[in-house]
Amino acid sequence: MPEILVYAEVQKGEIKKGAFEIASKAKALGGQVSACIIGKDVEGLAGQLGKFGADKIYVVDGPEFENYSTEPFVQALAHVAGLVNPSIIFLSASAQGKDLTPAVAARLKVGSISDCVDLTLDGDKVTAKRPMYAGKAYAMVEANGTPQVLSIRPNSFGVEEIAGAGAVEKVDVSLDESKIKTVVKSVEVAASEAPDQTEAEIIVSGGRGIDGAENFKLLEDLVRALGPNATIGASRAAVDAEWIDHGYQIGQTGKTVSPNLYIAAGISGAIQHLAGITTSKVIVAIDKDPEAPIFSKADYGIVGDLFEVLPKLTEEVKKIKG
Amino acid sequence: MNAVVCVKQVPDTETLIKLNAEGTEIATEGVKWILNPYDEYAVEEAVQQKEKAGDGSVTLVTLGPDRALEALRSGLAVGADTAVHINDAAFAEKTDPYATAVALAAAVKELEYDMIFCGKQAMEDDAGQVASILGELLELPVVTVVVKLEVSDDKKTAIVTREIEGGHAVIEVPLPAVFTAQKGLNNPRYASLPGIMKAKKKPVTVKTVADLGVSAEPMTVVKSMSLPPDRQAGKMIEGDDAAAKAIALAKALHEEAKII
Ligand SMILES: Cc1cc2nc3c(=O)[nH]c(=O)nc-3n(C[C@H](O)[C@H](O)[C@H](O)COP(=O)(O)OP(=O)(O)OC[C@H]3O[C@@H](n4cnc5c(N)ncnc54)[C@H](O)[C@@H]3O)c2cc1C
Ligand SMILES: Nc1ncnc2c1ncn2[C@@H]1O[C@H](COP(=O)(O)O)[C@@H](O)[C@H]1O
Repeated sequence: MPEILVYAEVQKGEIKKGAFEIASKAKALGGQVSACIIGKDVEGLAGQLGKFGADKIYVVDGPEFENYSTEPFVQALAHVAGLVNPSIIFLSASAQGKDLTPAVAARLKVGSISDCVDLTLDGDKVTAKRPMYAGKAYAMVEANGTPQVLSIRPNSFGVEEIAGAGAVEKVDVSLDESKIKTVVKSVEVAASEAPDQTEAEIIVSGGRGIDGAENFKLLEDLVRALGPNATIGASRAAVDAEWIDHGYQIGQTGKTVSPNLYIAAGISGAIQHLAGITTSKVIVAIDKDPEAPIFSKADYGIVGDLFEVLPKLTEEVKKIKG
Repeated sequence: MNAVVCVKQVPDTETLIKLNAEGTEIATEGVKWILNPYDEYAVEEAVQQKEKAGDGSVTLVTLGPDRALEALRSGLAVGADTAVHINDAAFAEKTDPYATAVALAAAVKELEYDMIFCGKQAMEDDAGQVASILGELLELPVVTVVVKLEVSDDKKTAIVTREIEGGHAVIEVPLPAVFTAQKGLNNPRYASLPGIMKAKKKPVTVKTVADLGVSAEPMTVVKSMSLPPDRQAGKMIEGDDAAAKAIALAKALHEEAKII
């Protein structure tokens, strides 16, 4: 039975769903699961991880961990890894996880496997399936060193609640200040409650057909009707036109997403855009051009003017959600 | 202001990826190779920082086969001054971000630098790892996903803005440091004809594993590859007008796909 250490990311005072996903998966693989949580005033959250398979939860809590910064978090996680001595470490491939994973692996002098979407276990050895070429191909990858460090794409695995309760242990980490060279001057995060595109269950994206920043309101209305797990996305054309920030871009130079539902409005379906959405469960395309390539990949297509279709769709969704 | 930029040659983003007969790697016939798009931002930033400082040089480093020279030439054509090409059959078969970073670190150690730039990720393995490992090996701070960079007047520190979930963080970091370039950092210039001509004469030093004294041993191994199931065109929603289609779509998503 491999010892699996799960890094549970905290954001805005809550453990992220991705952490519960990887804890659940670690348990489902038959691992002995421990979790590590790092932040300021996070001790009270730790207990939740027990319900998702963690037998032991290590808490690193202190003001120096208020904002994420690579070096202090690397030191803290590497310290906990030293206590647990796991054969496998899981992180979520969130924005933070993508920064932390290769850094902590390098500190432990091993390689890591990023953005895994499936995992199999043979003894203590994990084989990971991960997309390459922005999802145009998959690779089956094995890590040679110990621990095997993997980041796991959000939404790849479900969350499984069990009747467990993990033991919480507070860990003191004395940071090696000489190695901490960066200073976080400020952090600016939008007040929006919407999930990140990589974690959202539903994404409503707009492209050049949206024809102006002000028209993103049509997408926002639909997103609001669809509920708290829905969010906005955009094509590169919409981003390059400066209608919306680059953080919303989906595709090869944006985010790769795998929501349950992806709605593309006024997006033609260039190969670089499609690469970012192929793992979506259901794709809906709304475009006035019946020849738009997006239709060849969409589960449902509407040929029509998005300015007419979207408001009506929003109205209908509201009725259904009633 | 001296900068090193690590650049990788990758398939054009338009490429339809196919696999070789064994299913172990991609089929390379007919693939058009380009400089990794994120590395274009990295090169542009290094060149702009050099121009702003009014002195120094920009050195490109790549690890790759013979064809990777083309990627170096693209970077030299837009303002980089010199290049190092790590070209060794030991890397030809299987390499990974770790072994790559070990080789790059060995090459970079021999150079002068205040800043090292990488792309956010290579648009082939999409790993996003090399820069972080490089920083660890060189014992330098690393700031990833950078969208803005300003060097202080005394050139000792940089103030950088990086993308985080739902926003941005501003970070102060002493130089030298490693940065990864995100889209939005700058607008890469196009190569001019004189630029392309000059690039052909700029010096490129070739290095082998033996020259660098490193091992090419990877930490992770790709066992096999596969292609995603081809998505098929689904159902076109018919209806008399847009409203009717919207109603039918909502119904299908609710009752058939059971997704809303
Ligand atoms: C290196 C590289 C990386 C790239 N990375 C990305 C990436 O990450 N993401 C990305 O999206 N693109 C990326 N691209 C760009 C990509 O090639 C396309 O240019 C881009 O996706 C086009 O965006 P679009 O579909 O919104 O615009 P268009 O291709 O112009 O399509 C607009 C669509 O809107 C429809 N339309 C117009 N008006 C209406 C209306 N009123 N109602 C309904 N439909 C309407 C049109 O019929 C058309 O199909 C990349 C390109 C390169 C070279
Ligand atoms: N073979 C290579 N040669 C030079 N630089 C590389 C190489 N591989 C990766 N890099 C650099 O590291 C970045 C991230 O690559 P990766 O970690 O593979 O996604 C790239 O954008 C390059 O800047």
